[in-house]
Amino acid sequence: MRNTPVQLHVITRIVAFIILAFSVFLFFAGHNNPGGGFIGGLMTASALILLYLSFDLKTIKRVIPFNYSKVIASGLLLAIVTGIIGMFFGFPYLKQFFDYFQVPILGEIELTTALPFDLGIYLVVVGFTLLVILTIAEDDS
Amino acid sequence: MSTLHFVALIPFIAAIFIPLVYHKFRHIHTGWFILPIPLVLFVYLISYLPTSDAPMATVKNSVPWVPSLDIHYTVFLDGLSLLFALLITGIGTLVVLYSIYYIANKKDEPLNNFYVYLLMFMGAMLGVVLSDNLIVIYVFWEVTSLSSSLLIGYWFHKEKSRYGAQKSLLITVTGGFAMLSGFTLLYVMTGTFSISEIIALGDVIVASPLFIPAMILILLGAFTKSAQFPFHIWLPDAMEAPTPVSAYLHSATMVKAGIYLVARLTPVFGGQAEWFWIITSFGLFTLLWGSISAVRQKDLKGILAFSTVSQLGLIMSLLGLGSAAFHYDVVDGQSVYTVAILAAVFHLVNHATFKGSLFMIVGIIDHETGTRDIRKLGGLMSIMPITFTISLIGIASMAGLPPFNGFLSKEMFFTGALNSTTIDVFNVQTLGFIFPIVAWVASVFTFVYCMIMLFRTFTGKHQPEKLEKEAHEAPMGLLISPIVLGSLVVVFGFFPNLLAYTIINPAMQAILPGLLEPGEQFYVNIYHWHGLNPELFMTMGVIFFGAFIFLNARKWQETAFYLKERDPLNTIYDNGLVGLIKGSTAVNDVQMTGRLRDYFSFMFVFLILIMGYMLWKTNAIAIDLANTAHISPYMYLISLSLVIATLAVPFVAKRISAIILVGVIGFLIALLFAVFRAPDLALTQLLVETVIVVLFLLVFYHLPELKKESFKPAFRISNFLISIGVGLVVTLTALSAHAFSHENPISPISDYFVENAYALAGGQNIVNVILVDFRGLDTLLEVLVLGIVGLGVVVLIKYKATKGEDI
Amino acid sequence: MEILMILVIGVLFTVATYMILTKSLLRVILGVVILSHGAHLLLLTMAGLNQGSPPLLGEDAASYADPLPQALILTAIVIGFGITAFMLVLAYQTYKVHKTDNFDELRGTEDD
Repeated sequence: MRNTPVQLHVITRIVAFIILAFSVFLFFAGHNNPGGGFIGGLMTASALILLYLSFDLKTIKRVIPFNYSKVIASGLLLAIVTGIIGMFFGFPYLKQFFDYFQVPILGEIELTTALPFDLGIYLVVVGFTLLVILTIAEDDS
Repeated sequence: MSTLHFVALIPFIAAIFIPLVYHKFRHIHTGWFILPIPLVLFVYLISYLPTSDAPMATVKNSVPWVPSLDIHYTVFLDGLSLLFALLITGIGTLVVLYSIYYIANKKDEPLNNFYVYLLMFMGAMLGVVLSDNLIVIYVFWEVTSLSSSLLIGYWFHKEKSRYGAQKSLLITVTGGFAMLSGFTLLYVMTGTFSISEIIALGDVIVASPLFIPAMILILLGAFTKSAQFPFHIWLPDAMEAPTPVSAYLHSATMVKAGIYLVARLTPVFGGQAEWFWIITSFGLFTLLWGSISAVRQKDLKGILAFSTVSQLGLIMSLLGLGSAAFHYDVVDGQSVYTVAILAAVFHLVNHATFKGSLFMIVGIIDHETGTRDIRKLGGLMSIMPITFTISLIGIASMAGLPPFNGFLSKEMFFTGALNSTTIDVFNVQTLGFIFPIVAWVASVFTFVYCMIMLFRTFTGKHQPEKLEKEAHEAPMGLLISPIVLGSLVVVFGFFPNLLAYTIINPAMQAILPGLLEPGEQFYVNIYHWHGLNPELFMTMGVIFFGAFIFLNARKWQETAFYLKERDPLNTIYDNGLVGLIKGSTAVNDVQMTGRLRDYFSFMFVFLILIMGYMLWKTNAIAIDLANTAHISPYMYLISLSLVIATLAVPFVAKRISAIILVGVIGFLIALLFAVFRAPDLALTQLLVETVIVVLFLLVFYHLPELKKESFKPAFRISNFLISIGVGLVVTLTALSAHAFSHENPISPISDYFVENAYALAGGQNIVNVILVDFRGLDTLLEVLVLGIVGLGVVVLIKYKATKGEDI
Repeated sequence: MEILMILVIGVLFTVATYMILTKSLLRVILGVVILSHGAHLLLLTMAGLNQGSPPLLGEDAASYADPLPQALILTAIVIGFGITAFMLVLAYQTYKVHKTDNFDELRGTEDD
């Protein structure tokens, strides 16, 4: 794509980062409001897809040098390991814990082991979506 | 876990390390590493033998395995299990030693496989005899079948090995399944899988209508394993296994698992007429059939195989006869029928010794001459003197000649059979007179095949031109094990009472519990000279007639009966197998057409039929118009758009329109989710739909334009009817379910999640809390699916299939 | 409302079945997608519609919509997404290799 319209690039850059930021918000909001790993992951994936669509494969590959198979693997590993932690304390597999902490500036926040578990899901969803799409796209070119 | 638990597990644990050891120490024969295992176990088990006249203490120790299903790994050691465990480890030690010299450590000899299978078998067999839980027994039982089949097929490049392996597996595993059903019926009757508890509940079982089915199913397992007629046909074909295996599994231990089971369950079923009749008659018939078939074998191992079949029948029939003992009072530690059980236990030991040594001898002959065919052999007496001496002892014992141990047990067998004429329960007096006659005739044939084995191999003219190798005496290593077993034959022959109160009496007490007063023991005193009683005359008759038949061999060896070596029952098995394959192929051809549409049609039609039938049968169709939520006007609009979009999909001709229409459906569904108070779903659906559309567009270029499908009218109409049917059935089911749920309100399980989401998981989004906390495992597996699909996609694309090749 | 939704679901199932029974790979995939939509909607409808507020405790409502079917459907959507993606790639690769997406032509002959 040599004659790429400049406007598209500019708009994509802005929009993609807004979507990315929103996806992070959705991911963290997940425990108490609509959102979570699946939704956050899918939204991140769509933002990245948008980038791939408007720029070309090579450019984005330079900017985001992820191997998405490894993203899936690390996501799975994270989810599995989070589940195992509880077992060391005699709880069943995948038992989740949570507590509330006072943090300067942010005030009271809740920390839960469900968050890293959800992060694992998030990574798998992002990795999967992009892996499928990029594999086809690369095969194509 | 007690030490006894590990007795059965150690071989399995050791088996894990065999491949490692095999490759690491390639120049040392792997067998040397195995040898200590059965030896140590044997020595350990010896320590459980009762030392003085005091009765043996039983050991019971339980470890929960699947407690919710009443499955516990309970070890139970009494006289019977100890007897078998000693046989397994003792013979096992000798067999491993023998195998080291028998199977050479050559480059292409997969010794690691051999010893892994052998250890698997040893552990499983110990597991069978040491467990108290029926399910655990079943599991180990099937592992013995499996390892036996693997060992038969050890030289898998031979067609016959594969045939034998398949046959043994099919027959014994089928029996195993029957046995499992029988065990389950026992559980249904008693509510426990523990044998010792089941024995205590004997009255419940006898009174139950399930008694006969359970008994027959369990006996099917025992009979297939112990090669009783007509299931014995697998054993002769199992002789394709290496000879150490034949000596170990197919004569000394595994084929006795059925005997063990019958003996173990005698306290449950014994004393019942059906048990008595079935076991005695099948046992005796097997004894007869096996001995007659053995006579016409030309392969030494074939003779031994049928001889094993017949001897197993003998032990089985003794157990059957002995089960009548429950109806007689025991006076001074014995009654008319305890002698049969005594004979069964004693013969079990004797058979293991003489048959084990004979198998090893045949292996030696095969090893040193290259053939086992009695038509080629002869005159080996002077060439292989040690081999000949051991054979002479083993064969004389097998034929029932004094002073060897086989004579003693055979005499007792005759006593047992003769006693059946005096028995007055189970209507035995009607047909009981047949038992001693069958026993006697079978013994004559036993004598004949023993003579054939001995004289055709060792006397006569030596024919070196027919042999593949130059015959000479075997190396010492090969001879040690048969010598040990042969000397045991002699020792037990002269001093049978060595075994009396150490092994036989505890085993008898396990088979016949409750017959003795506390502290009393069964009277076990085995001696050679009983006076001039009928048994002695029977033996003399056996020798006389047997010798007569053997000396006139020339005449009857011309008959068609003699020339046909294979058991006629094999035709049933072979034709059955062919028929099974043909039948399956026929069914398969009808069903598996290779057309996706046909498969889908089957599924859909089945769905319509089964759902429709159930709806009609239970009279469930109902519509509840009253209890429905209010419909806002815009809902009509959404629903209408959805219906129109959906209905349009089949009619569009352009692929891009079809894809966009399906996208529209997806977005409308997302909208519905939003309306129906499911924000998470709406968001997910929206995003998934977006990504899917991108995916569709990516592959878009590579998908062909939708062709106007030129269907035949019949095809189109059947498709149409099936789809209408599915739609109708789903609608009716949904409507009825909706109406039903209002008539029979059930409190939803999700109340728990609503109440506890915040308290237990600290989250306010209940759907998310369910996903990551309450049902975290489901979610984990779900993302695992995504990971697998991702892998699949990569493989599909990166694997460059050439044209015409299937992907 | 439930009755209306059930009728819509019936239409979705009918069309999905029809699509699945055709000979073209792409149509079958579209059929499966529609079928999963129908199944999701059926699950949700069976739990009762328009009862209470969304299952977010922050809403502080008297009653909430049943969260369990929603969790089930969420899982089903994601799995369905994976399956659809896989089938699409399968179709893509099949067509690239065999140059057809007609099942009758894809069956091959008896001897291969």
